[in-house]
Amino acid sequence: MPLFRETGVVEDPWQRLDDEAPVPADGMVLVSFTRWREARAALLARRGPVGVALANTDPVETLASDTSRLDLIVLNFPKFSDGRAYSQARLLRERLGYQGELRAAGGVLLDQLPFMLRCGFDSFESEQKGFGEALAKARTLFSVVYQPTEDGRATASLLRLKRRNSTSVTPSEAPALSEAEARGP
Amino acid sequence: MPDTHFYRYDDYDRTLVAERVEQFRDQVRRRLAGELTEEQFKPLRLTNGLYLQLHAYMLRIAIPYGTLSSRQLRKLADIARKYDRGYGHFTTRQNLQLNWIKLEDAPDALAALAEVDMHAMQTSGNVIRNVTADHFAGAAIDEIEDPRIWCEIVRQWSTLHPEFSFLPRKFKIAVTGSPNDRAAVRVHDIGLRLWRNAEGEVGFEVIVGGGLGRTPMIGKTLREFLPKDELLAYLEATLRIYNRYGRRDNLYKARIKILVHEIGAEKMREEVEAEYAEMKDGALKLPAETIEAIARQFAPPALPHRPAVVGAVEALKLEDRDFALWLKSNVSPHRMAGYRIVTASLKPAGAPPGDASSVQMEGVADIADAYSQGEIRVSHEQNLVFPHVAVEDLPVVWLALGRLGFAEANVGKITDIIACPGLDYCALANARSIPVAQSISNHFASLARQHDIGDLKIKISGCINACGHHHVGHIGILGVDKNGVELYQISLGGDVDFGKTALGTILGPAVAADKVVEAVDALVSTYLEARGEGERFVDTYRRIGAQPFKDRVYAAV
Repeated sequence: MPLFRETGVVEDPWQRLDDEAPVPADGMVLVSFTRWREARAALLARRGPVGVALANTDPVETLASDTSRLDLIVLNFPKFSDGRAYSQARLLRERLGYQGELRAAGGVLLDQLPFMLRCGFDSFESEQKGFGEALAKARTLFSVVYQPTEDGRATASLLRLKRRNSTSVTPSEAPALSEAEARGP
Repeated sequence: MPDTHFYRYDDYDRTLVAERVEQFRDQVRRRLAGELTEEQFKPLRLTNGLYLQLHAYMLRIAIPYGTLSSRQLRKLADIARKYDRGYGHFTTRQNLQLNWIKLEDAPDALAALAEVDMHAMQTSGNVIRNVTADHFAGAAIDEIEDPRIWCEIVRQWSTLHPEFSFLPRKFKIAVTGSPNDRAAVRVHDIGLRLWRNAEGEVGFEVIVGGGLGRTPMIGKTLREFLPKDELLAYLEATLRIYNRYGRRDNLYKARIKILVHEIGAEKMREEVEAEYAEMKDGALKLPAETIEAIARQFAPPALPHRPAVVGAVEALKLEDRDFALWLKSNVSPHRMAGYRIVTASLKPAGAPPGDASSVQMEGVADIADAYSQGEIRVSHEQNLVFPHVAVEDLPVVWLALGRLGFAEANVGKITDIIACPGLDYCALANARSIPVAQSISNHFASLARQHDIGDLKIKISGCINACGHHHVGHIGILGVDKNGVELYQISLGGDVDFGKTALGTILGPAVAADKVVEAVDALVSTYLEARGEGERFVDTYRRIGAQPFKDRVYAAV
């Protein structure tokens, strides 16, 4: 399965470990949430980086004290229409402060990319034709956003506030309004 | 042309809608080129308002909080003429449906809508749908605060929400700013009721988990009083709990009402409040300045002083019985003396409820420009409303509406029927709704008789999904299919008036299509004989119970 980052297609350096397989002493290993819960101490005692793959029903809150120790979290979309992992992603990024790689796997289609990027995903497994090209454009497909999320983009509401309170907003931040429009009805 | 007195798009809103149209244009191109399967395309077209119906694609256009300018209505007329068959259907969710759209035309139709700051985003699909409000907002005499300010705030927050675009199921929010709820807030996924507490502060009662459909439920109050600036944080918390824990294993158990029912209102409240506690005072807290800037756009029009009592109106009332009846049923009090709210009935005798031709839409726009500050509302009862009409202008508005066929004095009466499109259009329906509505409408065409019968709400759905809201009709009619035969199940006693929200009770065995009118006639006769002083149909039903109605109906059919 090709792995995409916003820079393009990348090799996947992670080794997926079966739940029964012995834990190697080093190397980048990706384990299931079950394995993580069973062997957390042993996994963290290794030299190499650890990643965890979650089901979209796994409680992300239990990773609260480990987010700085994990280098990869994989969130799963059993179907593209099952949106639970969007909430997991935002909780990991915004509440639990996770800063490592956040990967979307499973039903990952290019039309979901603007949403996924806004929720904090930064790598994607997909076989869809045109996925890489879409990813390159996904962050700018919509130049206006209404919701504050961890991507830090200024919402329309915030830009309006700034525009009202400032005379020197850069044009790229706030396209000029005609006088009549700025005055409002 | 008069200025609008509701939210006007700025460059940010316009840019987003334009970019959305271009995104959809590309998606349609990929679908037609075979790059997207129908399964992959479906949620994309649905969240752009495009359904695949029995005979063609249907485009459902969002009319946020049911408010339109005359310019917007003219554009809708234009789009209906150019891309459809010259008419449209106003729905119970204050939207407009065009029933004969071609897939390849859809992006152009959306681009035309964008010219007047409109779109069809999130009128379908498992997302937060177009937010609805009291259709008398900003004009009602009993209003605490204009609910549309909050609908607009919710509209922006919910548009292309990155976390909530793949919910377990659709999600409907309604807002009312009056103690007399006209937005049915207790039968929505989330209902918001503005009220003033003992300290004089205005806030929201937050009602969660109401809904009709195949499992009708009345919503539970999760929060008695929510400070207004915390609205989005509380909504985001509620939606997150739903997105994470709502059922996805069964389409029919996926609405938030099932989650609330299964875990209980108490547990739901705990979950939502815990999530909200993490988010309150965060990025979603609304700055006073932001609220004020939006509220300013809804500032009521500066209505010139007009006489409260007009001799010519009084005279016409005595002379013309139809005008007098129309004043009684279609004209409501306005917050300002000398003004009234006028409801144009889209239910002339025998016509499909809620339909309007392009010519009629243009006629309504002309009336709004001349006599109602250029503003029109769509009601969830599928009528159109002129919010600001001077008493002095009532006769001329009545005459103009008469020429359009929209002056029927039947608002709130037995022929002001709500009906879904039914089997004539809809792929889900089991039975026809519109012809049933038409035959009832014809049978009770006499206005004098309708006014004698008084307030009586009939609501008809062509299947258990209940788009015609039959559960909350004083008389509810549900089309069912029994071995290929269309039958109709009758229920009594539903209501959505605030404080009295009730679901109807099934009367007995379903009746054949050609017996529905006789059954309704028997119900009405029972009421007329038994009613006490000042009792409406539903009041009599509550007092005497179902049995007398049942006996009469099943003796007749």
